[in-house]
Amino acid sequence: MPKTLFDKIWDAHVVERLEDGTCVLYIDRHLVHEVTSPQAFEGLRMAGRKVRRVENTIAVVDHNVPTSPDRLTETNEPESALQIATLEQNVAEFGVKYFPMSDARQGIVHVVGPEQGISLPGMTIVCGDSHTSTHGAMGALAFGIGTSEVEHVLATQTLLQKPAKNMLVRVDGKLPAGCTGKDIVLAIIGKIGTGGGTGHVIEFAGEAIRALDMAGRLTVCNMSIEAGARAGLIAPDETTFEYIKGRPFAPKGADFDAAVAYWKTLPSDEGAHYDKVVVLDAAQIVPQVTWGTNPEAVIPITGTVPNPADEPDETKRAQMQRMLSYMALEPGQKIAGTKVDVVFIGSCTNSRIEDLRAAAAVAKGRHVAPGVRALVVPGSGLVKQQAEAEGTAQILIDAGFEWREAGCSMCLGMNPDKLTPGQRCASTSNRNFEGRQGPGGRTHLLSPAMAAAAAVTGALTDVRELV
Amino acid sequence: MDKFTTLTAVAAPLNVANVDTDKIIPARFLKTIKRTGLGKSLFADMRYNADGSEKPDFVLNQAKYRHAQILVAGDNFGCGSSREHAPWALLDFGIRCVIAPSFADIFFNNCFKNGILPIPLPEAEVAKLMDDAGLGTNARLTIDLERQVVVRPNGEEIGFEVDPFRKHCLLNGLDDIGLTLQHTAAISAYEAHQPAWTPKII
Repeated sequence: MPKTLFDKIWDAHVVERLEDGTCVLYIDRHLVHEVTSPQAFEGLRMAGRKVRRVENTIAVVDHNVPTSPDRLTETNEPESALQIATLEQNVAEFGVKYFPMSDARQGIVHVVGPEQGISLPGMTIVCGDSHTSTHGAMGALAFGIGTSEVEHVLATQTLLQKPAKNMLVRVDGKLPAGCTGKDIVLAIIGKIGTGGGTGHVIEFAGEAIRALDMAGRLTVCNMSIEAGARAGLIAPDETTFEYIKGRPFAPKGADFDAAVAYWKTLPSDEGAHYDKVVVLDAAQIVPQVTWGTNPEAVIPITGTVPNPADEPDETKRAQMQRMLSYMALEPGQKIAGTKVDVVFIGSCTNSRIEDLRAAAAVAKGRHVAPGVRALVVPGSGLVKQQAEAEGTAQILIDAGFEWREAGCSMCLGMNPDKLTPGQRCASTSNRNFEGRQGPGGRTHLLSPAMAAAAAVTGALTDVRELV
Repeated sequence: MDKFTTLTAVAAPLNVANVDTDKIIPARFLKTIKRTGLGKSLFADMRYNADGSEKPDFVLNQAKYRHAQILVAGDNFGCGSSREHAPWALLDFGIRCVIAPSFADIFFNNCFKNGILPIPLPEAEVAKLMDDAGLGTNARLTIDLERQVVVRPNGEEIGFEVDPFRKHCLLNGLDDIGLTLQHTAAISAYEAHQPAWTPKII
């Protein structure tokens, strides 16, 4: 029977299938960070258990590290410092490989995994973080888990799971200039909704997906969780293999060739069955921006804020009204021209070198608008170094952007980088939930190029007018 | 993990769709190394004003719902972040069961690991239970996991589906890890057959 990419990876990792269909699923890569692991290590300790496979496990600090230039010497918030210290004790006690803040390899866990060649095609990858779906861009089955499951993987190197359903999202045609992977995935979420992928693993395919570089693919898979999907996947191809080759933890020499031979068997078979299929035409995509407080509340930058009066469903209408009031927007208002206070370029969605280059291309020769605070937070210390070496950093600095150290930063309001109540932010992150970037903060999700356009004009702007 | 067998309790109505885990517990409360003590921060931004005082309109601030053990909610409950702090906060407040038309996958999973029963039901059934919940302390719901029914205050029973393995774990308060470790030999055999090129993180 023809199989999908998901079916193949799943089947290759079933250790045992229990009577009711629950599988003991083997986990190849377990990524650990400071926020969702303390209780898991504590559980191991209390039960006298070890980490079953330290060679499958990597730890990094990202969520609550400061991103200020002098963070190694300044005092962190006490509770964050305790979480970081706890992780450091745990990795030392259990023998887990760890990238601390002082290591150039430190960064956002979903940037570090692919960058180091830790996340590879065909693997099962988990992390106590919903954006683990990012690694699906490598052709790996990658999904977020809770802390109890983190403990389960540490102790057994497996999870008890039932297979998800298969969903295909095919994006045909060519993406217009000014649009990116971010615009593709926002357009998809706008179409299928925040629950559109629930219970499914989404495989992204089609000409526009194949044409994306790895950074663009990582962005697309990153946000599959925002459509409710268990995971996002893109079949590995030459772009993938070229990206992996030579990375520190990737197979080398003959091992690399053997690995590629296996990876080439992974793409979905002709005629494989999908439980759900959605098709988009890339040529119709316009740079996207969210107007509300969940990622499906998204419109083209050329559009207007929807009117709740046009919504027949009473619950949805009430939700729209609440979103408009929270976001301080009027029905029918053009979204372009909405003034912003803060611009955030970063997060596991958009903090790779390609993202920073896209922002720099717009910022070059321009300056951040008066009164706007614009932050650029590279996804890892290595991305930061590369941007500095090639001049991308200098362009952004000259344009008036803050150039910071690697971390999750203003994506989630649990480190010093936060919005204050009422501030409006153009953000390359993944969630525009109420209070996500700080209590009372208002988030508009968009691509790095669009974020840079907002920074230099001081308002949400169609980046195509600037390039 | 505490067993879940039957529960008769007040249900709080929270008729909002897409209640994300940032709403259930905002990220600034995740800086803990413990599982307990999060109940006071449950729904913090919906429940408290900026000065820390309670918002009287919020359902769990109303006298009749302060001891609610069941939550009846809107579609796609628990979407967003994988933080298990969300079920920990619900549990610490006293919630043992959440009923909604649909749940986000990771949150749904996390509930079972903490002795909380999430029950997905068709919208029409949830609407009835939402009305029952609106009656406050005058109307208690009973959840009977063994028989897989929700009993309304008027005696009507609404059946629900639950995965048999998860039901077994909840009824008996079983820890997954102990169960999985019974498969250690099979896990070792699997590991022995991994391809030789598989890199190690060392």
